[in-house]
This record gives sequence, C-alpha cells and structure tokens, in this order.
Amino acid sequence: MTEILRIEGLQKRFGGLVATDNVTLDVHTGEIHALIGPNGAGKSTLINQLCGELRQDDGMIHLAGRDISHMAAPDRVDLGLGRTFQVTSLLEEFTVRENVGLAVQARDGGNFRVFDNVAGRKSVWEETAHLLSGSLLDDRRDARVADLSHGEKKQLELIMALATQPRLLLLDEPMAGLGHVETGQMIETLRGLHGEVSMLLVEHDMEAVFALADRISVLVYGQIIMTGTADEVRGDPRVREAYLGTEDA
Amino acid sequence: MRKLILAVVLLAIFALMPLAADLLGQNALQTLSARILIYAMAAASLNLILGYGGMVSFGHAAYFGVGAYVVGILYSHWMSEVPIFGLFPGSNQLLITLPAAMLLSGFAALVIGALSLRTGGIQFIMITLAFAQMIFFLFVSLTAYGGEDGIIIRRSNEVPGLNMRDKTTVYYVILVVAVLYFAWMWRVVNSSFGQVLKGIRQNERRMEAMGIATFRYKLYAFVLAGMGAGLAGALMANFLRFTSPDMMHWTKSGELIIMVILGGLGTFFGPILGAAAFLILEFYLADWTEHWQLGLGIILLFVVLFTKGGILGMIDRLRGGRQ
Repeated sequence: MTEILRIEGLQKRFGGLVATDNVTLDVHTGEIHALIGPNGAGKSTLINQLCGELRQDDGMIHLAGRDISHMAAPDRVDLGLGRTFQVTSLLEEFTVRENVGLAVQARDGGNFRVFDNVAGRKSVWEETAHLLSGSLLDDRRDARVADLSHGEKKQLELIMALATQPRLLLLDEPMAGLGHVETGQMIETLRGLHGEVSMLLVEHDMEAVFALADRISVLVYGQIIMTGTADEVRGDPRVREAYLGTEDA
Repeated sequence: MRKLILAVVLLAIFALMPLAADLLGQNALQTLSARILIYAMAAASLNLILGYGGMVSFGHAAYFGVGAYVVGILYSHWMSEVPIFGLFPGSNQLLITLPAAMLLSGFAALVIGALSLRTGGIQFIMITLAFAQMIFFLFVSLTAYGGEDGIIIRRSNEVPGLNMRDKTTVYYVILVVAVLYFAWMWRVVNSSFGQVLKGIRQNERRMEAMGIATFRYKLYAFVLAGMGAGLAGALMANFLRFTSPDMMHWTKSGELIIMVILGGLGTFFGPILGAAAFLILEFYLADWTEHWQLGLGIILLFVVLFTKGGILGMIDRLRGGRQ
C-alpha cells in the first residue's frame, strides 16, 4: 500500500510547551485516517503544520513522495493538499456559487487576467455547477454565505476543499457544532468520498470517527500513543486513561 | 442595465458640461468638472485596492504626485533641452508623458508595495503614509525642480492634431482618457483577477487555502492602482499647468480616501460620485465660509453613520432596498 502522506519526527515547541512531540504518522492512499485526542493534545497545531500555516521546528512532511516541509501553504495546495477549517472560514459576502467558483478558478489558473470576464469562464462555472449538484447546497447556490446555517457552512467548507481537487484532505473537526441530523449528513457525504480522496480526519465526535475511519491515531500531549483500527483503539487501556484521566470525551 | 443607464447619464453630463458652462456664463463649472474627472480617476484607482482589495493605503497621493512630476520634469527638460541624467530627452507630447507617468508611478508603487504589503492593519496604514511623506519631502528638497514651489508648465502637453492651448480641448482630452480609464476599470473588477482581489478582501486565509499566494495579487493590484493615480496626476499637471509637492501631501491621500468612502467603498461608480460630491461641496462651501471643512466633516460623519455604502448605498436604500 502506498502512502499519500508521511510525517516523520515532527516537532513543534511554543516556549516550554511541546505541542508536537516527535510525531510520526502516515496516511495510506484512499484511506480515512482519523486523528483523535483530548482537548489540548495538539491536533490543530499538527494540522496547521501540515497545511503550512505553522512552520515545524524539526521533522519532515512528505506528500505523495515529495518533501513539502518547507513549502508555503499555497504551494502545498497546488500539490494536492486540501483542508477545511474548524471554525468555518469562507467568503461571507459572496454567494455559495461564487465561493465554489472562486475555488475552482484558483485551481484552474488565469488568476492574473485583468481583461477577461470571469462570469464568462464556462469551464469554471460548469465545474462549479457539477460540484454543487447532488450536494446539500444545490438549492442554496445563490444564497449569500453570511445567510447560511452553520451546518450549511460546514458542507460548503468541504465542497470548497474538494474544488481544489486534493489528493489528501485535512478535515479539521468537520462535525464541530453540528446537530444530530447534520452530523449524519456529513458522515454520509464523507463516506461517499471514501476511496476517491485520502483523508486525515481530526474529530471529537467518536461516533463519526468509528463510523468512518479505516485507521485511528491517538494524540495525547503532542505524542501519538497508538495507531490502530477502531476495535483496537476502543479496547486500548492507554486510550481510555488518556480520555477518562483528563476529561469525558 | 441600471449601471449602463447611470454610465450614459454621467457621460452625457460630463460631455455637455462645457456647453452648459458657456450658456450659464459660469466658466468655473468647466474647471470644476475637469477636476472631478481627474479626482474620480485617482479615487477609482485607490478604490481598487481599498474598496475591492481591502488594503487601506494612506499614501495614495504619492503616486498622483509622481505622475504630475513626471509631466513637469519632462516639460522642464524639454524647455531647457538638457537631457535627464544626460540620457533621456524631455518631452511635451502627451502621448509620451502619460505612459511615462504611469510607468514611473507604477514603479514607485511596486517598490513601496513590496516593502509594505508584508504587513497589515494599522502597520500597513502607517507604512504607506510614511513612504508617501518621504516622497513628499524628497520633492520639497528637490530645488532643481522648484522645491516647495514646484514646476510651472507654461503650456499643456501637445497632442498631434489638437489645439491644446484651448481649455475646452484639454477638457475633452481629459474626458476621453477618463472614459478609457473607467472602461478599463470595469474590465478589471469583473475579471478573474478582480474576483481573486474581492476574495482576498473577504478572507485572505481562505484564499491561501485555495492555493492563492495572496502577496503577489495584492502587489499587482497595488501597482495597477499606483499607475492609475499616476495617470490622474499627469492629467492634473496638464490641466493646472503646474505641479507642486502639495499634490502628494498626506492630506491629499486623506481626501482621496474620503472621496472613496463618500461615494461607496468597493463600488464601480462610488469614486465618481464621491469625487463629485467632495469637490462640489468644497466649491460651494468654500464660497460661503473659509471653515468649509467643518461642513464637510459633518456631512462625512452623516454618510459614515447613516448610510451603508456611501452615496450609492443611500440611493439604493431610497429606491426601496434593491441590491
């Protein structure tokens, strides 16, 4: 099995705090790899280093065999690293369609063109329509993002990440703040993508993690304490201690 | 469609203004109208980065001034027949001076933008202000080009086939350049690049996550805006037949920001309406009292507090909340 993402000996300190402590992890092509851990375990710090918003102190990150450890965030996106934000981060004044359209355009190129007519870029808008059709946002395409519900924004986050045609998706708590029904919808959406695109899923919702993940890694105090299948993680005493010892997850 | 009507109406007003001024025996109206056209271009160029791109540049008059000085300096060398740096001959040809003004103001924007766009927020405002003041003091100290007094340009630049000694001809040349500039601006704000720029204003982090290295795009917009201001400045030098450091004083940068906000931030027609409102107010209030800025201040306060989106926003509201 080939690896789409390989992290080796990743290290990040904030003053005296070791937020990422010698993390080694890989994501196989096509798998959903979940990353769980109690609050403050360093999950977001890890995600931010992977996508290039934070620079690691030490260690290496390989995406599809290429060393991306020192690349800027936009260059990593070009190589196929897509992400969603935990706190939704969208273009609030644009409509759903304009948001997705801009994500498609960004990947498609020609972003420096000052003499074309963006409304007339047929391939961009066709692909946008294709991405939206069949999604839960299909009949909300002309709604302004500021008017969307939280659940709709979470769905849009995912569609925008997919618009960049990623080989690996970093999902930073896609279920955070979702109700029961919306969580179910998100699980269905992600399940539909299983196999098409590899995913590293950071999530607190254990039900969702166990329903989706092929493998699970557990991060505690910046360290990966184990990686295994859902059953292995569920039965592991160290995991139970990490969660029950610090908080009720 | 509504925008097309507004464009035609504005064009008709500006095109007929010299006739109207003649009929009314108010020559000052033509002067006022020309100033509105020129400041509308400068404000529109600022609007590209401020309104569409979300970059609060507080030094935009610098590029306006550089454009004006390019015309002034080329003219003085043409008069004295001494090449600039012993290399370039001077010129009094508008078709040479305007592109030269855009080139040099664009270059100034490239350097200043490259150094200041790494920052954001208050820092960016202060750095752009500081650079603009540096350029202001540079020209104040340039005694070879008049220092504080600036350069007097005896005659407007020549255009083959036109009599540029005639004020009305100069007015129509300004109008033609303005129309071309706004047509170009229309393309830009509706282009692929325009879309990216609007995205950057709303959420820079999201744009980076889409694979857009935002710095390059912001710098590109900054240079385009600097070139636009330089073009306006070059026209102003031709219109006033004079350039001075006052044209790049920080209060001018402030006036441009006021025009953009007054008209409607990030709207196509906003800078035109804003420049018109500002200059018309100045014209009539200054007639009435020398403390005209007090009146302007109160009106600006009203616009900021009670209209969302400046004059254009107010019109939309009065028309019944259509978007």
